[in-house]
Amino acid sequence: MTTAATPLLEIRGVSKRFVKGIDLAGRIARRLGARVSETSVHALDRVDLAIREGEVVGLVGESGCGKSTLGRIVSRILAPTEGERFWKGRPYAQYEAPGDRAERLAVQMIFQDPYASLNPRMRILDIIGEAPVVHGLVNAAQRRDYVADMLQRVGMDASLMRRFPHQFSGGQRSRIGIARALAVKPRFLVCDEAVAALDVSIQAQVLNLFVRLREEFALTYLFISHDLGVIRHVSDRVVVMYLGRVVESAPTSEIYAQPNHPYTQALVAEVPRVDAKRRQYIPVKGEIPSPLAPPPGCHFHPRCPRAFARCREDAPALREIGPGHLSACHLNDIGSR
Amino acid sequence: MTDAGAPLLEVEGLRMHFFTKAGVVKAVDEVSLRLERGRILGIVGESGSGKSMTGYSILGLVDAPGRIVAGRIALNGQDLTRLDEAAWRKLRGNRIAMIFQDPMMTLNPVLRIDTQMVEAVLAHHAMSKESALARCREALTQVGIASPDERLRAYPHQFSGGMRQRVAIAIALLNKPDLIIADEPTTALDVTIQGQILFEMQKLCRESGTGLIWITHDLSVISGLADDVCVMYAGRIVESGTVDDVLEHPMHPYTRGLLDSVPSRNVPGRPLAQIPGMTPSLLHLGAACAFRERCPRAVEPCSVAPALRAIGAARSLRCVNPIT
Repeated sequence: MTTAATPLLEIRGVSKRFVKGIDLAGRIARRLGARVSETSVHALDRVDLAIREGEVVGLVGESGCGKSTLGRIVSRILAPTEGERFWKGRPYAQYEAPGDRAERLAVQMIFQDPYASLNPRMRILDIIGEAPVVHGLVNAAQRRDYVADMLQRVGMDASLMRRFPHQFSGGQRSRIGIARALAVKPRFLVCDEAVAALDVSIQAQVLNLFVRLREEFALTYLFISHDLGVIRHVSDRVVVMYLGRVVESAPTSEIYAQPNHPYTQALVAEVPRVDAKRRQYIPVKGEIPSPLAPPPGCHFHPRCPRAFARCREDAPALREIGPGHLSACHLNDIGSR
Repeated sequence: MTDAGAPLLEVEGLRMHFFTKAGVVKAVDEVSLRLERGRILGIVGESGSGKSMTGYSILGLVDAPGRIVAGRIALNGQDLTRLDEAAWRKLRGNRIAMIFQDPMMTLNPVLRIDTQMVEAVLAHHAMSKESALARCREALTQVGIASPDERLRAYPHQFSGGMRQRVAIAIALLNKPDLIIADEPTTALDVTIQGQILFEMQKLCRESGTGLIWITHDLSVISGLADDVCVMYAGRIVESGTVDDVLEHPMHPYTRGLLDSVPSRNVPGRPLAQIPGMTPSLLHLGAACAFRERCPRAVEPCSVAPALRAIGAARSLRCVNPIT
């Protein structure tokens, strides 16, 4: 089905708004003449993203930029408000037939918090073994062997499967979360800050595991992280988000060597590095604006050192500025670089 | 009482143990530190290495079942381990201040910022409320908060995470302390906000001569910020020295392992060098070197825990088979 031209997974013009409805007190107040309106958060604003088979795409951004929402929309946990999602070139909606179950299971998610994402009252055997049995991938009699195999693949001892999550360390819990996702034979993994909660030495172990599993299972990853060092290590291509919009997308080596968007430049410059000794910090000014009331025009303009009049009115479109390098910045039009 | 020749902070042979039902947990074991005025000392370690507990011990914040068993903590030459509770109260928030990882640990959610800040000033100084408020305004400006008057009348929930941490830092600065202990204050913050806060702290130490202890798990933050560094493992300092020496020529296999696990120092896509296994439980530390089980350079003499020995003027190391 999939040819080189068709991406494995694609989203087009995806927007997501979270709306907080008016509660009873608000409705009464409105009856009495108060101006109460619904508040909505524009978590994603017309995002396009295409991921080819076997690729690792790193998604970076600061808190509130919509990167986790994007991951959840891709993995069917949330539905987009607008826009379309495609798997192997066909819309997600066309995979509703019972025979398409394997395709629906093909995108799995690994969550950030290895403590909150495992049910504390279930044994590891059930945590990993429940889904493959429910979905008919293995029958109940084979479950134990199947879970043992999964545990071994993520580098854990199969004899631990009768234990509960609280008996494991953070690194082991991460491995359990990965084994749970792998148990339904996915093709595509969304890793949402999957190593953020781990110590450096354990983080290295889990990152190595991701790299190994990618080859072993021919996986494609969407790797979401705020840590540019981690992203640089694992991804082929990096997508940078700011307040619900993609601001830049480029091959990994290029985005670190020649960041185009002022926000990406600031991010890359701001990353603490071990080989930068007692450096002078030159911070970006200001706070990340609230997504409840994003600034007009380019969302980054209040903090941008090079903003000019047009940035305050007109939101820049994502345009190609080099082979495989997209950026959304007006500065590229006026040729001031 | 105050000795001008003494270093700002001197910790010698500090041991802090927790006496639990399951046994004695040696959370801090024979830790010695030295900090001069205007310098920044980084304490690096992974969870459970005793780095936070070292900070709490210096501030006298250890609760039962924990107890300082041995050692000396001297601030400007004055021994702190013998202080009674009243004397500690005079010291904390005044001469020594602490910044926690979560600013909501410092801030009271139901009180306005001005109430909380003025209280901290008046607890240590007899002055009018107006001059205390002026001091608060000054501290907020110092940490880069625009329009401090407006901010003073707000409640903590009206601030973003980065702003709250700035307020927590401003409270630490209120009484112009000699020493600030910061326990992972930027771990929960975004990179651009972390950059802003590191910038303010660095400026502050250089300008006011305040000594700063920065506790973190992140070697790259230490590298950009600190002058000296101590690496802790299982309650002990395994290596210490200037940032340049330690990070460029790590001698302890654990320091080396930590540095090698940092993704940005590795070739993208290649497997990261990893330290096998995990940190041992502090309950069952035997007589051997605590890192022995995970160490690629372990040799026979490692069955006896090595002592911290001085190597050169400012460097010490706890290893029998160091990397040379």
